[in-house]
Amino acid sequence: MQKTNPTIHVDGQEIPFKVGQTIMDAALAAKVYIPHLCHYPGLTPHGNCKLCMVDIGNKNVTACTTAAVAGQQIRNNTETLNAARKTVTQMLFIEGDHICPSCEKTGNCKLQAMAYYLGMLDNHFPQFYPRREMDASHATILLDRSRCILCDLCVRASREVDGKNVFAIAGRSTNAHLIVNSPSGKLGDSNIQTDDLAAHICPVGAILIKEQGYDVPIGQRIYDQQTIRDVGLNEAIPEKQGNHHD
Amino acid sequence: MNPCIQAPTNSASPHLLHILYALQQQYRHISAESINQVAASLDLPVSQVAAVVEFYAFFSREPCGRYHLLLSNCTSCGYLAGDTNLLLALSQRMGVNPGKTRADGLVSLGETSCIGLCDQGAALLVNSVPLVARDLDRVEQMAQLITTETPLAHWPDEWFCIQNRIPKPGLLLQHRWDAGAGLRAALLCGVTETLARIQQSGLRGRGGAGFNTGTKWQSCLAAPGAAHYVICNADEGEPGTFKDRVLLQHHADTMVEGMTLCAFVIGAEKGFVYLRGEYRYLLPHLQAVLAQRRQSGLLGACILGQREFNFDIELVVGAGAYICGEESALIESLEGKPGIPRVRPPFPVTQGYLGQPTVVNNVETFIAAAHIACRGSAWFAAVGTAASTGSKILSISGDCQSPGIYEYPFGVCVQQVLDDCGADQVQAVQVGGPSGTLLGKDAFNRALGFEDLSTGGSFLIFGQQRDLLTVNRNFARFFAHESCGFCTPCRVGTQLLKNGLDKIIEGNATPADVDEITRLGLLVNHRSHCGLGQTAANHLLQGLAHFPAAVTQRLTQADFTPQFDLDAALEAARQITQRDDADAHLDN
Repeated sequence: MQKTNPTIHVDGQEIPFKVGQTIMDAALAAKVYIPHLCHYPGLTPHGNCKLCMVDIGNKNVTACTTAAVAGQQIRNNTETLNAARKTVTQMLFIEGDHICPSCEKTGNCKLQAMAYYLGMLDNHFPQFYPRREMDASHATILLDRSRCILCDLCVRASREVDGKNVFAIAGRSTNAHLIVNSPSGKLGDSNIQTDDLAAHICPVGAILIKEQGYDVPIGQRIYDQQTIRDVGLNEAIPEKQGNHHD
Repeated sequence: MNPCIQAPTNSASPHLLHILYALQQQYRHISAESINQVAASLDLPVSQVAAVVEFYAFFSREPCGRYHLLLSNCTSCGYLAGDTNLLLALSQRMGVNPGKTRADGLVSLGETSCIGLCDQGAALLVNSVPLVARDLDRVEQMAQLITTETPLAHWPDEWFCIQNRIPKPGLLLQHRWDAGAGLRAALLCGVTETLARIQQSGLRGRGGAGFNTGTKWQSCLAAPGAAHYVICNADEGEPGTFKDRVLLQHHADTMVEGMTLCAFVIGAEKGFVYLRGEYRYLLPHLQAVLAQRRQSGLLGACILGQREFNFDIELVVGAGAYICGEESALIESLEGKPGIPRVRPPFPVTQGYLGQPTVVNNVETFIAAAHIACRGSAWFAAVGTAASTGSKILSISGDCQSPGIYEYPFGVCVQQVLDDCGADQVQAVQVGGPSGTLLGKDAFNRALGFEDLSTGGSFLIFGQQRDLLTVNRNFARFFAHESCGFCTPCRVGTQLLKNGLDKIIEGNATPADVDEITRLGLLVNHRSHCGLGQTAANHLLQGLAHFPAAVTQRLTQADFTPQFDLDAALEAARQITQRDDADAHLDN
């Protein structure tokens, strides 16, 4: 019996997929990059950052949450979409305080790397300068909410991989902010540990391991060596930790 | 006594939102200690309870005043609806800034999105009870009663009296309702025929999206699940909408019957009415309606004596979040979570409440379904147009002589509606609320219906004297405030749109800023996660297209002007240094 895998097309390229895979899953497996910040293969997709927006006909969907369906003609790496992605990235920049030169995450930061990838040369919009609380209560982990992009990765990593449920997002509109699941609301009173995935998965400098910020010199950091595309095509939570691989 | 008629107790359900409401009323805020206690008692994560407290506008972490005043900021029932800025007047009279609690804890003042009293005039919630503020006189008297700490029970009754006006009843509203008639008809003809009646009637959802009701019920019936649920969306939050307020007051029995019919069709045993927090005052009435129906064997166990027909309804009251009118956000809220819309598909008909197949319909839709069940599909389909059968109930407010509830056959044109409610000198009409369609004079011949002007029922009329750009700003503030914060384009974009409109209105914008706000509006509409963001820029884009002069007359022609007034920004410095000489000012 002849076995044919169903396929989708991304920017004209035919890509096979397994039923149950999202457009993002199928594309990454085929080494086709769709920009993303709030998605991390192995965690339940969330679809909040909207960087992975793609167009199918006149419909606009997020690749990380949309099931691949045989025959889909998907536009991804187009001028229009990348321009919209750049605007969304600028929105994330101005909503928080992202001052790259003074941030210890610089060079390891996905938001910064995304800005480079999309050719973002300025913030474009006026800064919001939000007032958000800093939490240094934990012995080894710092939470600086002013750099949080509300991607929810730490929330999911803690729940799905660490089995802990340390974080949540509270509030709405631009008052949305990360909270800690402890009686005092402080990280120091939570059960997070330094080797938890939630302590490391932050794409920006909102959750940092203390006293390690400059172990790797600027110039030798992740995105000093590779683009976010190169990294994004190859990262995933190891299968034994992941929650839903078949 | 027939055990089948035994009424279940209807004690307040231990829903998280209800527990938090009780705490908010008792302590005027919800403390960290309370959050921990609630989490422990319900066995929920502290973070979930905290996230819910911070999501809903009627909960606060900081203490509110003993008199907590939330003034509607709707264009029809808001504090700017009349000649005087009532928020400003109250703020000055009570000595407290909006958004703050006075130091002595007596009074706190704030704004809230439309509270559905648009046909009554300027209105507010005092300790969550709706009150028609009407005018400056009444606000002055109110301030006096607060100063003397007069209990609300001793405030004049007529201030709390909400008189419903139905100038034009139609297909649904003009008929007397015979409780149980729809159910008896359904039991006679069975599930298949009842569903067929709904399908053949062509009934589509009255919330505005217009999904075919029969198709929805059939999909839910066909979806496998451990249980099926019926939810009535009574969370009308679209500014300018108040029809559900009137329907719940006068036609709740019909609505409950519609829900029960749906339960009969899809095989549900449990239903919810999700009532917006602003309508909490209707709760005793709704509880009485449910109790009466249980007494009459129309709700609860063994409905109309049928052993297999068990269905009951729980009332859940929201806490101030427009987004919960979106069905999947509503379900999240019912589940005790912040009202963040889910990724769809899967749709609620297959995975809704607790992941089970769920029908969510509007109040008006259930009322129509009940009538169709007993009067037949032909009776319903004979009215309206081919694509939009039946009638539409409109909430009419704004610049007209007779605001109120009007019911029309679908296909009626806007001009007809304007003539009926006594609106002349009309500049524009906003059909379907801020997320709907802005029409100028040249479009008043358009017809209401899913094929042309789809609407949930909000019908806001703006006379010639109105400054439409301030209406746009009002709407932009509404969306920025109500965005759930989940996705970037809506969370940040609605804020930027609001700021952009402020810049234009303050006279600091150039033509380039208009291009910018247009680009941004398109992005927010095209790239947002749910219907809120996808419609948030409609009013602005349509305003720019149909009323460009409202914008262009405010633009400066300079190539560049700063976002803010440089000289005004120095005011604080001037005050500190006690200077006001020429050198302490910038040349503008």
